[in-house]
Amino acid sequence: MTSAANDVEFRSVSKRYGEVRAVSDVDLAVPKGAFVALLGPSGCGKTTCLRMIGGFEQPSEGTVLVDDRPMNGVPPYRRPVNMVFQHYALFPHLDVEANVSYGLRQMRPRIDRREVARRTGEALELVRLGGYSARKIHELSGGQQQRVALARAIINRPSVLLLDEPLAALDRKLRTAMQIELQSLQRELGITFVLVTHDQEEALSMSDFVCVMNAGRVVQMAPPQEVYDRPGTLFVADFVGKTNRLSGVVEAGGRTLRLADGRALPVSSQAPGAVTAVLRPEAIAIAHGEGDGLAGTVTHRIFLGNAVEYAVAADGIGEMLVTADRSAAQTLADPGDRVTLRFAPESLLVFPT
Amino acid sequence: MTAAFVAPAALWLAVFLVLPFIAMLVFAFGRRAPEGGYLPAFTFEQFLNLPARATAFGNTLLLAPVGALLCLLVAYPVAYYLALRADPRHRLVLISLIVVPFWTSLLVRTYAWMYILGSRGLPSLLEAVGLPDIRMLNTPGAVLVGILYGYLPLMIMPIYVSLEKLDRRLLEASADLGARPVATFFGVTLPLSMPGVMTGTALVTILLLGEYLIPQLLGGGKVFFIGNALVDLFLQSRNWPFGSAIAVTLVLVVVVVLTVAMRIAWRFAGTRRVDLV
Repeated sequence: MTSAANDVEFRSVSKRYGEVRAVSDVDLAVPKGAFVALLGPSGCGKTTCLRMIGGFEQPSEGTVLVDDRPMNGVPPYRRPVNMVFQHYALFPHLDVEANVSYGLRQMRPRIDRREVARRTGEALELVRLGGYSARKIHELSGGQQQRVALARAIINRPSVLLLDEPLAALDRKLRTAMQIELQSLQRELGITFVLVTHDQEEALSMSDFVCVMNAGRVVQMAPPQEVYDRPGTLFVADFVGKTNRLSGVVEAGGRTLRLADGRALPVSSQAPGAVTAVLRPEAIAIAHGEGDGLAGTVTHRIFLGNAVEYAVAADGIGEMLVTADRSAAQTLADPGDRVTLRFAPESLLVFPT
Repeated sequence: MTAAFVAPAALWLAVFLVLPFIAMLVFAFGRRAPEGGYLPAFTFEQFLNLPARATAFGNTLLLAPVGALLCLLVAYPVAYYLALRADPRHRLVLISLIVVPFWTSLLVRTYAWMYILGSRGLPSLLEAVGLPDIRMLNTPGAVLVGILYGYLPLMIMPIYVSLEKLDRRLLEASADLGARPVATFFGVTLPLSMPGVMTGTALVTILLLGEYLIPQLLGGGKVFFIGNALVDLFLQSRNWPFGSAIAVTLVLVVVVVLTVAMRIAWRFAGTRRVDLV
């Protein structure tokens, strides 16, 4: 990747607060026009990274580039980026229109009053808040405040839009709707979006690239499907999606995984040695009665509508989580039923330990 | 239940505010007894005498807002520093430095100023380094210095509280949207600290309208205020009816002036109005 194609670039960036390293030696390239999600548990350094792009924090080491320009020491008000803050940070003393037009009114030389009004109206239309301009912020619902924050952040046409957990405060239904809206807004505007979230579903559903972070480092950056299907590390596998873990040893030849109780499972070719194998719940097929595969007893059944989740006590292995499609499971297994679990060798994700 | 909570405050106000005010009203329409004190009557002659104290009224109505404005100009940067710039670990110490002097009587502290501004204080120091001998004590300037010193904490505290509550992310949002520090101050910080500014200004102005100690000690009785006139009339010449008439008039003037000032201030704040806590 050449640097000219990147809107945001981190070159061995570290951030220390006293003794604590919040971000360690991060290299990161966000391609122009991409929607990138920084995903990780709280305290992984994702918000610090976002704040370094915004200019609210300065890196202790390394360089952050925006539009190929190094941003060291450049204050937030001189950066071509805008941010949608967590909890929105709308100005409580200004109405909707004054909030949205705030960025335009900071421009020097001054923008003509009518031009400000026109562009403010456009931005409000874009987030479907036309007619709300005279409202006070505290009169708006959470979803509407979110839209005001969005309109306010895009009005200056930034190169990069930063979003800090923008959907965290919304209820589930609204969140799904906003995910779709954010995605279409991003396509419409062609602005690079960098989103911070701890919600893997949010990261997977909206972004072109997911950048998984842990303990101040980037663990994997790849398209969502790849992160889910081919997690780079055990941490990624665990953090993104649900997992069943199996510990064992890959025998010489790399075709057999020997579990602790002596049972052998076929795997696609692996380097021999001690490993942890990870199995997605939906990669497991569940069948009534005993047969060829892992035998076990259903302990819990969770009905999800479109799918059914089972907890199965697999003989000699322990509890395993299985997600079955409704269509695949014509008759549901009940707790106490004996079942057989089967899966393809390729679906075992194997990580050396 | 509510009545039980309100009763002590209501009783307090009735006994120490409403009753004395009624007594004052009654006195104000009465006559001075030959040996001083009060003779029952109903006459407007006390009010007709008011022009005799016009200078005191003028000085007071000038001093109170000017003193409050001076306090505001000095207090705001201090409160701003305390709330937004100072290291939180030092904040308690810094606030103590402002509050602790208040544990000493204002009288004692104003006496200290008499010595500082007196001929053997600052002026002699300035003379020693070759500057001309300037008279400091017993001037309007000395009164202003005393007022600034005495009332500053009353202005700092409410402004500090409103700045302390200010959501720092709003300042970041402002900077993010391209506002330089000065623009952020006038666009976000100042409007959101207006409740503190208004509270402090009202507090200091009202207290200054009754101030008599500082003008007495530092103004040398030359800069005469209503507070001094009242002390004089009640304690020296024992002209209670005239004193009451002045006091009643002052209360009325204050009520009118403050109401108008608040109206104007809120109109100025306009759409940027913040709900007072």
